[in-house]
Amino acid sequence: MSNRIITPVAEFEDLLPDDYKDLINNGPFFEKKSIEDLGSFKEIIDDHPHCAGCGVALGIRLVAAALPSPEDTLIVGTPGCSFFGLSQTALNYSTTAFGNQNAVASGLKRMLKIRYPERTKDVVVVVGDGGIADIGLDLTLHSWFRGEKISTIMVDNEVYGNTGGQESGMSRQGKVLNMAPNGKLFPKLPIFDMAKISGCVYAARVTVASPAKVGMTVRKAIFLAREVGPTYVQIYTPCPTNLKFPPNQTLNIAKEAEKDYYSYEELMTPEAKDYLENNLK
Amino acid sequence: MMIQQQVVDAEYLLLQAERKMAFITGSEAVAEAIKRANVDMAIAYPITPQSESMHLIGDLYAQGYLKDYYRGENEFAVMAGIHGASLGGGRVFTATSGPGTLRAMEMFPVWAGSRQPVVCAFMCRGISLPPSIQPENIEMSMLLDTGMLMFHAETAQDFFDMILKAYIIAEQTEVHLPVGVFADGFLVTHTRDQVKLPPENFKLPAYTPESAPVPVFDMETPPMRITRDPLLNKSNYISYAANASWHQEILAAADRARKHIDHYLGGLLEVVDPDAKIFIAASGTAVSQSREALKLIEKKGVKAGLIKIKSIRPFPKDELVKITEHAELIVVPEFNAGGWLAREIKSVIDNNSRVIAGPRVFGGMTLPPELIAKEIMQRLRGGSEYVE
Repeated sequence: MSNRIITPVAEFEDLLPDDYKDLINNGPFFEKKSIEDLGSFKEIIDDHPHCAGCGVALGIRLVAAALPSPEDTLIVGTPGCSFFGLSQTALNYSTTAFGNQNAVASGLKRMLKIRYPERTKDVVVVVGDGGIADIGLDLTLHSWFRGEKISTIMVDNEVYGNTGGQESGMSRQGKVLNMAPNGKLFPKLPIFDMAKISGCVYAARVTVASPAKVGMTVRKAIFLAREVGPTYVQIYTPCPTNLKFPPNQTLNIAKEAEKDYYSYEELMTPEAKDYLENNLK
Repeated sequence: MMIQQQVVDAEYLLLQAERKMAFITGSEAVAEAIKRANVDMAIAYPITPQSESMHLIGDLYAQGYLKDYYRGENEFAVMAGIHGASLGGGRVFTATSGPGTLRAMEMFPVWAGSRQPVVCAFMCRGISLPPSIQPENIEMSMLLDTGMLMFHAETAQDFFDMILKAYIIAEQTEVHLPVGVFADGFLVTHTRDQVKLPPENFKLPAYTPESAPVPVFDMETPPMRITRDPLLNKSNYISYAANASWHQEILAAADRARKHIDHYLGGLLEVVDPDAKIFIAASGTAVSQSREALKLIEKKGVKAGLIKIKSIRPFPKDELVKITEHAELIVVPEFNAGGWLAREIKSVIDNNSRVIAGPRVFGGMTLPPELIAKEIMQRLRGGSEYVE
């Protein structure tokens, strides 16, 4: 969108909420901000109803700060923990039926391309592990197979959080959770590996304990989705409420996971690599 | 390359333009409607008996009538993709049948709740189990309370007109709701019929997303903390009240569609012989069968009228009350086991023991006019074997 759309006319400026004025004057619209600038600008998400120590809330905050063009970004989600924070971001957010996000994003991206052929509109899916890997897996994979130019970001808390701590496909093997009274019987779903054989031109696996990496991977994923093809970023966002650890330990848990089974990994096609080398400084 | 067509006033294209007769199938009539509807994008998924119409829409895309078209992975994904495309501010089309309708079910209230003017055709068929691909419209009863407007076509002509006109009704600012246009599969889709068509080089004006009563989802409105689709599931009274009023507004919007349906479709229902004491009330192809049944009973000296219900949602409540005021018998033949149309009629008129919920056929059975005639004649003789 144009800067003029959000800039208030002088006569009405003082009637607008402080929150709005703050966003226009000190927010990330039209002025490149990044995760490194956090704390020095008005963020598009600065209030949320998530639990104390919520990894998903932190993941959303980092993703929001990493968006290369928030003024032209549309986020598609699905019901679950993630939508509480996302619905309070200062950009267009839609969440409708369970697990349909990648199909909604496909239709949306194509229609925005029809309506704004000369402009870039970033369509970004931000959804939890249940939405992407379980209930919406077929729609996720098919959007990749079709080569839809959207970015899919999983905030992986390894559990169904909003419904009360049930096992998800992304839960770890052996973990005792609701609906897994004897512990989960099979390993975490290999969505990250599936991304690379399903048409994603870029896939990255990170944790909230490495904010700079989250920023870098999200940025690359969105840039590549504009021109090259579908992209996927999987962020580990631990859940103190349902994984039963103290809320001040979220970053430590993520750090441990990074050393143990959630190591940083980045995959891209040669075409994606070329594109980044030529276009992303 | 897009095909060049002349944009003409909707009023002119829908109601005034000179029409020429074509001899086409119902599926072809769907494509003829979409050809003139200035649709931006369609998404398809195969299911019998819908598939042929969406093949033809694919051909229209290849010829340059649409700007985008693809085959989705299942009906839920298709209806979700259509939702995303509609959110993005363009005009869309898709179609499905029976099991596909049920698979996509979660998306229909989403379209209505999100106030998207999606037009979707339903070529009705049986629903498992036991499986049947034959004409049967039980799926309509399952969509009655999704918030969609619902029109039921009797013929290929109806199917053409209802689809094309549905866009203009759906896109009224005061309506802005999805419309399902229903036809009984095979009977309408796979038979040839005479259909009067306006010139094919004319098309409707483009959809103007700015006329929607809700913000367009394109990041072209001030980006304040607004969730485009209402997220009203917090546990407090304000949330409950906001959620409830949103639903009430959807119902009110459907009510406000009545005058537009009157204008473009010539009424929510049509009546033959309004002074009759005996009526057959039907929708879809059961109407055609009823027209034949009227001839049969007339030969036996019995005069009856016919009520063709075109709009199922909104339902022509007041019209039915008025027309049936002095009726003594109202027979409702249907292509489904449930008898949903009879239930609907019973729910709005007085003294509803006058309503006979049948004959009903399903599972692939046809609805012979003789069966309808027999029902009426037996009722007149006070026959008891059909009394429920």
